[in-house]
Amino acid sequence: MRRLLTCLLSNNPGVLNRFTGTLTRRQVNIDSISISPVGDKSASRVTAAVYLDDEAVAKQLVAQLNKQIDVLEIHDITEQPHIERELALIRVNAATNKRAELFAMVQPFRADVVDVALDSLMIQITGSREKVNALLRVVQPYGVTQVVRTGVAGFTRAEG
Amino acid sequence: MQAPEEQPMPARNGAELLLDTLTAQNVEMIFGYPGGAVLPLYDAIYRQQFRHILVRHEQAAAHAAEGYAKATGKPGVVFVTSGPGATNAITGIADAMMDSAPLVVFTGQVGTQAIGSDAFQEADILSMTASITKNNYQVHDVRDLPRVINEAFYVASTGRKGPVLIDLPKNIANQTTNAPFPDSVNLPQYQPAPTVDKHQVAQLMQALSQAHKPVLLVGNGVHAAAAQTEVQRFAQRYQVPVVATLLGLGVMPTTAPLFLGMGGMHGTYAANMALSECDLLINVGSRFDDRLATAPAKFAPHATIAHIDIDAAEMNKIIATTYQIVGDAKTVLKLMLRSSAARPEVAAWHEQLQQWQAEHPMRYQKSATEIKPQQVVQLVGELTHGDAYVVTDVGQHQMWAAQYYPFKHQHQLITSGGLGTMGFGLPAAIGAKLAHPEQPVVLFVGDGGIQMTSEELEVIATYDLDIKIVLLNNHTLGMVRQWQDLFYDQRRSETMFEHQPNFMKLAEAYGLAGHQLTDPQTVAADLAAAFAAPHAALIEVAIPALEPVMPMIAPGSANNEMMESD
Repeated sequence: MRRLLTCLLSNNPGVLNRFTGTLTRRQVNIDSISISPVGDKSASRVTAAVYLDDEAVAKQLVAQLNKQIDVLEIHDITEQPHIERELALIRVNAATNKRAELFAMVQPFRADVVDVALDSLMIQITGSREKVNALLRVVQPYGVTQVVRTGVAGFTRAEG
Repeated sequence: MQAPEEQPMPARNGAELLLDTLTAQNVEMIFGYPGGAVLPLYDAIYRQQFRHILVRHEQAAAHAAEGYAKATGKPGVVFVTSGPGATNAITGIADAMMDSAPLVVFTGQVGTQAIGSDAFQEADILSMTASITKNNYQVHDVRDLPRVINEAFYVASTGRKGPVLIDLPKNIANQTTNAPFPDSVNLPQYQPAPTVDKHQVAQLMQALSQAHKPVLLVGNGVHAAAAQTEVQRFAQRYQVPVVATLLGLGVMPTTAPLFLGMGGMHGTYAANMALSECDLLINVGSRFDDRLATAPAKFAPHATIAHIDIDAAEMNKIIATTYQIVGDAKTVLKLMLRSSAARPEVAAWHEQLQQWQAEHPMRYQKSATEIKPQQVVQLVGELTHGDAYVVTDVGQHQMWAAQYYPFKHQHQLITSGGLGTMGFGLPAAIGAKLAHPEQPVVLFVGDGGIQMTSEELEVIATYDLDIKIVLLNNHTLGMVRQWQDLFYDQRRSETMFEHQPNFMKLAEAYGLAGHQLTDPQTVAADLAAAFAAPHAALIEVAIPALEPVMPMIAPGSANNEMMESD
């Protein structure tokens, strides 16, 4: 199953290498990984979505990651109520006679058209993985020529 | 650790600062080999007269430092140059990682301006060693150097010990600074001494008082925590028989009535039957390695298992356990000893164990025409009264040494356990002897392994190190050949040495005494003669080519499925 790990890494060279190296060594497939410095930039926040069926192995993996000196914090939030969001940019073929249709189509997704060319549009969407997948499905028939997804960023929901 | 205290410093360059920090860390000696990128370090060594052991190959620098570390528990320090110097050291670093041996390895690096440009003798050693170090650093500012070094020593020698690497670009070693530096470290997220879960300890002690067939399994973690006394006291108080892993040998005297011997692939019959039949297994400081738990699914099938380990990531890694106590072996055992739990009723269990021991002792076919390797180890045990630091390489001789040497104390066996590194023995013996110059050091080595690092004989000669090298020569890569005989229908592919160097001339070439032992009738006297002089000796013993290590558990078979010798 897909599991979501949220971690804080110290912002040192080679740290991400060590982090992903541990995943590789345990033969864990990474679905997505997003990383960015936070706060005073001495640390980076990582959200990693990985495929791991065995819960015991997942626990052990978290323990293994946690013992890295530069892993300041790590939690498996899969089972906890949490929010995960990602951003995608989608370039889709859009002949003049299809534009209005496309504009209308993206609206319910609260997506934006952020670039318009002669025969294509670039759509920006933010939301859950499912929402991004759904938009991709509906624009697919027009001809999607490029997609980039940031991978999810996630947090647990506040209690109460 | 305390908050950093800053001390004003005179102006020094990075290399001098590095050595001063090593002095502050009470480093006695460096094992190393010079080269272009570490010229500033070696200049500082020259000027400060820092004690440096010049090996003949960088792999040996790492193994010698491991020998020092495994024999003392203190970090071994390595200096090697960039590129090939660093890559040569990798095997020793990996070995130290597997066996949780503390090392601090300094690799030279090309100047910061040249990093990434495929400069002469450049290698991306940080990436290469990411998975075989506890942590690694590249220093980009000379003012960071003392902090990084202090962190490295702290990380290497606390928690689950292991190697730490510091990559030092040449220009940083030349940079001058008078910046004050902290003498303590600040790693708030690194918690090497976890708080022990007392509730789990209480539950375990409760389980112990109700057990009928308890066993204590001891591993390297007991050495690391210096918990030999606590193990012995605990075993004695609760009359729990003890099984050791390879790296746990020495925790219990081999002759102790409660000691069943080594468990696992080449362990004793009684130890393996105890692992199979026990109803409570308390593992202190071992990691259920596949040489011990040869078939995890069938391991200790009737037992409630407790795992005591400093490393939380070892919990449930191989064997699912009922009690998981994360902590240092000494701390946990002290808590266990404070318990007032009732002693278990174990008389019938002891009787059973004694019967196994009596019916299946360690044994080998004695011979009037050939010298048997097991006999050689026994004779060396007698000659050294079981007091020697025993260093081994990897293979059959290693198992015979483990099976037949009468170990008594902590850190007494210096061997390559997890990684199984041939070539480890000779340089590790150098490190062990330098760590314990007044103690006898014996190296058991095979004719395969000695040829991997034989250049280090020169180091033994140069420093006049009294190491007795017992070369058990069977003209074969015996352990691999044994597997070929058992599992590959005796197809001895590339494992028979039909031609070999003349080891006596090799000893002579390095100016070392050589002894060749071939006569089983006089082997005891010949060994004693070879051990008499207080200098190194290369003692080559001709042993039968096809002698197997027995008993043996085939990989994937359970601990109670042992093959025994005829």
